[in-house]
Formats: sequence, structure tokens, C-alpha cells
Amino acid sequence: MPHDHHDHDHLSPSGHPYRKDNDGQLTYWQTMEIAIRELMVEKGELTPAQIQAQIDAMDARSPANGAAVVARAWTDPEFKQRLLENGSDAAREMGFDIGPMHLVAVENTSDTHNLIVCTLCSCYPRNLLGLPPDWYKTREYRSRAVREPRAVLREFGVELPADMTLRVHDSTADMRYIVLPARPEGTENLTAEDLAKLVTRDSMIGTGLPKAP
Amino acid sequence: MGGDAAGPVPMDGHDFAIWEKRVDALVILGQQRGHFTVDGLRRALEDMGEQAFESMTYYERWVTSLNQNLIEAGVYSLEELGTKMEEVKARGDTYGAVQS
Repeated sequence: MPHDHHDHDHLSPSGHPYRKDNDGQLTYWQTMEIAIRELMVEKGELTPAQIQAQIDAMDARSPANGAAVVARAWTDPEFKQRLLENGSDAAREMGFDIGPMHLVAVENTSDTHNLIVCTLCSCYPRNLLGLPPDWYKTREYRSRAVREPRAVLREFGVELPADMTLRVHDSTADMRYIVLPARPEGTENLTAEDLAKLVTRDSMIGTGLPKAP
Repeated sequence: MGGDAAGPVPMDGHDFAIWEKRVDALVILGQQRGHFTVDGLRRALEDMGEQAFESMTYYERWVTSLNQNLIEAGVYSLEELGTKMEEVKARGDTYGAVQS
């Protein structure tokens, strides 16, 4: 059981409680969503199939995409160079749809750690990592990541050496950051595929480190 | 918001409800249709004021901003929205029951 919620009868396959959805009292905002969707379909703006296809595409994105990019960068120095120079083009080269946004990869090294946040809202490299976790969108994270990032990292279980430089990157709507974590030691003989399994979502946000082999 | 004091980061997560995924999809598709930009989305979010960030959930704010932008773009009128929302409400009491 990945999380210890009290109501174990109502956990989804991912171990999270279901949010009130189809069976709760209809809310004002849900009513608005349905109305907007139906109006757009009636006016010929969109088809129900297009809307479902967009949801499917979103559901298909996961941190595995980002992990594949990181693992490639760890094993292919020329690709890593291209990734650091132009993250969008490098990700597209691997077949990921990045859209019009600028993707900036920031590299963790032996003396520098990077952390990403969107203080305005929720800008996130969703094309490579899927939808942002809830905590990324909370005012607590967005406020404190720039005010006391080391304390925030401690809450995620990451204790940085005092002499390590910590850079916090504030995302914008058209500029998204992704952290290129440092390759763990003892992974010299692993393939890119096995390396990708060590790359966690949080390690690409900077709130975590890659798993040890 | 950035730089303000705040409490511990809440680590609870939840699976997105289907209505939230639909809002997300409509926001992306509405932009692809050329009705607004991500800046328009942001502007309407900021116009809601700080109170909205306390009282509304993330996708409640998004659906509000989506609606504002689509009305401004002339995709439908406020009146059409109101009529449609009444029609939807009259179908039943739960999200599942009122789908057409």
C-alpha cells in the first residue's frame, strides 16, 4: 500500500482515495464544465472524440518520458550537450511532442542542485512528466520553494550539503524547466533502459534524487 | 505568492476526476482553436483575486478562466451559458446522471 489513508475501501489502483466524481452531488463548477463542453460541441468547435483523444494523450504522458530523456543524456554525451543547449529540440528528437514551449534542462552536478517551481500557478514540463503532482500546485510549495528551498527539500527527505549551490528556477507559461539529475554512482554498467528505471519524477523536479541501483 | 510564508507542503495526492481532466482538455483545445492564449488563461486567473486561491480548487479556477476566455472570444454568450447550465442541472443530481 503506497499511502496510509484511513479509508482503505476507497482507494484507486494508484493507492490514492478517489475524489468525489460521478456519484457526488453535482457542483456548480461541474455544471459549468458540462455546459462549456456541450456548447463547444454544438457550435462545431470540437467533437466529443477530439476531447476524449486529448484526455487519452494526457493520460499517456508520464514521468517515464522524462526518464527516457535523462537516461539518454547519461549515456550519450552528444545528446546531453544538445539537451542542455536546446531542451525542446532534444526532446523532439526522441519523439516527444513538446508543443511551442521552451524546455530548459538544468543539470545537477557534484556542487550544484536545481529545483523547479512555478510561483504563479502550475507551469510544469507536462509533456515529459505528465500532469503535476498536487503538492506542486499548492501555495505552500509555490511560496516556500523560493523563500526557504532547503527547508522544503528537507520535507521531501533531501538534505543538501551546506556548501552545495542550490538554484531555484521559476517556470513560466512558455518556459518550462526539467532537472537533469546527476547519474548515481555504481551505474557504469547499466543500459539506458535500466538507468531510466532509477529516474523518479521528483528527481526531475529537484525535490528528489534518482534511486540507487 | 512566491516568497510568502506558508506551512508545510501538503503531500496528499488525488487522482484527477473526469470533470477535471475534461477541463484540462478543453483548455488545451480552446487554445489550439485559437480562442485564447496561455496568457489569457493567466490573466483571467489573476483577475479572480487572492480570495479565489483560498476558496476554489485548482480546476474550479481553471474552468472559470476557460469560460471567461471563451465568452470574450465570442464562442458563446453569457446567456447561452446560463441557459445551458440550467438545462444540465435539470437533468439530475449527480455528475454521472446529467451527461447528455
